[in-house]
Amino acid sequence: MTFTSPVLSYTLLSPMLILLGGALIGVLVEAFVSRAKRPIVQLTLALGVLSLALLQVWNIRGEQSLTPAMGSIIIDGPAVLLQGSILIISIIAILLIADTEHFTALPAALPGSEEERKAIAMGAQVTEVYPLTLFAVAGMLMFPVAGDLITLFVALEMLSLPLYLMAGLSRRRRLASQESALKYFLLGSFSSAFFLFGAAYLYGYSGSVNFAGIQESVIGGSGNDVLLLIGLAFLSIGLLFKVGAVPFHSWAPDVYQGAPTPVTAFMAAATKVAAFGAMLRIYYTVFANAEWSWSSVLTGIAAITMLLGSLVAVTQRDVKRMLAYSSIAHAGFLLLGVIALNKSGLDATIFYLLAYGIATVGAFAVVTLVRDSSGEVTDLNRWKGLGKRSPFAASTFAFFLLAFAGIPLTSGFIGKFSIFSAAYESGATGLVLVAILSSALAAFFYIRVIVLMFFSEATEDGTSVEIPSILTRTAIVASAAITLILGVYPTPLLDFISDLAIFIR
Amino acid sequence: MDASNYLYISALLFTIGAVGVVVRRNAIVVFMCIELMLNAANLSFVTFSRINGNLDGQVMAFFTMVVAACEVVVGLAIIVAIYRSRRSASVDDASLLKR
Repeated sequence: MTFTSPVLSYTLLSPMLILLGGALIGVLVEAFVSRAKRPIVQLTLALGVLSLALLQVWNIRGEQSLTPAMGSIIIDGPAVLLQGSILIISIIAILLIADTEHFTALPAALPGSEEERKAIAMGAQVTEVYPLTLFAVAGMLMFPVAGDLITLFVALEMLSLPLYLMAGLSRRRRLASQESALKYFLLGSFSSAFFLFGAAYLYGYSGSVNFAGIQESVIGGSGNDVLLLIGLAFLSIGLLFKVGAVPFHSWAPDVYQGAPTPVTAFMAAATKVAAFGAMLRIYYTVFANAEWSWSSVLTGIAAITMLLGSLVAVTQRDVKRMLAYSSIAHAGFLLLGVIALNKSGLDATIFYLLAYGIATVGAFAVVTLVRDSSGEVTDLNRWKGLGKRSPFAASTFAFFLLAFAGIPLTSGFIGKFSIFSAAYESGATGLVLVAILSSALAAFFYIRVIVLMFFSEATEDGTSVEIPSILTRTAIVASAAITLILGVYPTPLLDFISDLAIFIR
Repeated sequence: MDASNYLYISALLFTIGAVGVVVRRNAIVVFMCIELMLNAANLSFVTFSRINGNLDGQVMAFFTMVVAACEVVVGLAIIVAIYRSRRSASVDDASLLKR
């Protein structure tokens, strides 16, 4: 028997390989570098690795290949754009994660125990969070470029497992943080079991785990449609869970609230890009010819996701929960781009993902600044009058909220406008009306928060705004600048996206 | 023997697992039910592999086992941490995060 060795094109795979290598070196750093030097070494390593991967993504733009790894990875224009977006978001998010004030000193110690007090007194820091982040980013890079069901499943787990752990690392309110980790883990693995079962039926339907093979069966239409429907439905449940679409959204508010805020920022922004990236590839290529089977269901899900997200956000009293419901509403808007199933829908979704991700990281970065003696203050009532105490924090937060609401001169406006017009072009007029209605609803609660910050009397309750560290300040200013630039002068990026964003099959 | 019987068994196991996740209250038992669902999917993969006459499904089953093992490591770490701080692994007791 002869063994043929696989042919890999390392250049095209390099962004993922660089990240995995960096993550492994990070694990070694944990073992061999002294405690005092670890934070700076890990931060430098993580930033270096992410920037190198971004550079590599830039170098391979314009490349197209179905077989960089024997068919299990597909590199094309959308892949490069999505990987780039994920890396840009991760670089900004890692600047927030570097503020170790948010993370517990010793995850293994009981909350409130003597052991924990000693660890805090010693100045211990959880530097494991950097390698965990890098592993998660590697999974996210692999998720939208997967070319078969095996890679897709492994990438899904690779991005999820580190995030489950990171959700439980908060320094304050540790019980709530551990609870959010438990909920995220149980619901997340529940949904990946559905995902896997769906994958099994798609394999049964087509006799191939490769996307190209499945697509061939879908076009040929010779297989058993029952298997296709079961497989597609269960696979979609797994994907819709990751993006937080109704009715698979119940984890989002709890996890967003309980997880340490930098982790929430990273998870909310980057996971969404990765999961929507995979959805785009799957619905735009593999199941494009079976549109009859998923289009109407996704339309319904998009409509209730937008409406429920916007309606429930109005009633929230906690900033992080409010942002969680707002992210649910945005998942609904993004689904419009998937349903549109045309070139402009693809371009618009990719632009929206980047714009929304950056604004999300920025908004959560501001949330980390508002604190009292026991940690972050996320109760909206205590944000009253923030504009007088800290014009910087309040005005940047207001700016990000306006971007979420889609006010002109922010990236959110361009994103919403292009995604709505793409959906309208594809004939989903009713859905666009629902989207506009929910945008109006959503704008109501964003503006309510702005009014609260600037036009309410401040209450004397010990809330103070931290002077941001240089890293956090960089993250906020960078996100605000990108949000503004994409709002004022989006043409170069839109052209770049529309030149590149073509799926190869 | 007809291979489709294995598909029925697999669907039954998956349903038992899914119902278990919804009705059981102990985090460990919920987790075991999720593992049951993963194994049900594995059984489907292997059965389809037999029906289709190629090995892709069996390869996938091996990958699933590895991933399930990783999931056990992460899941038990989280459940043990919760149990140590609360002295309970019930998913109902963990309810700090509600409005």
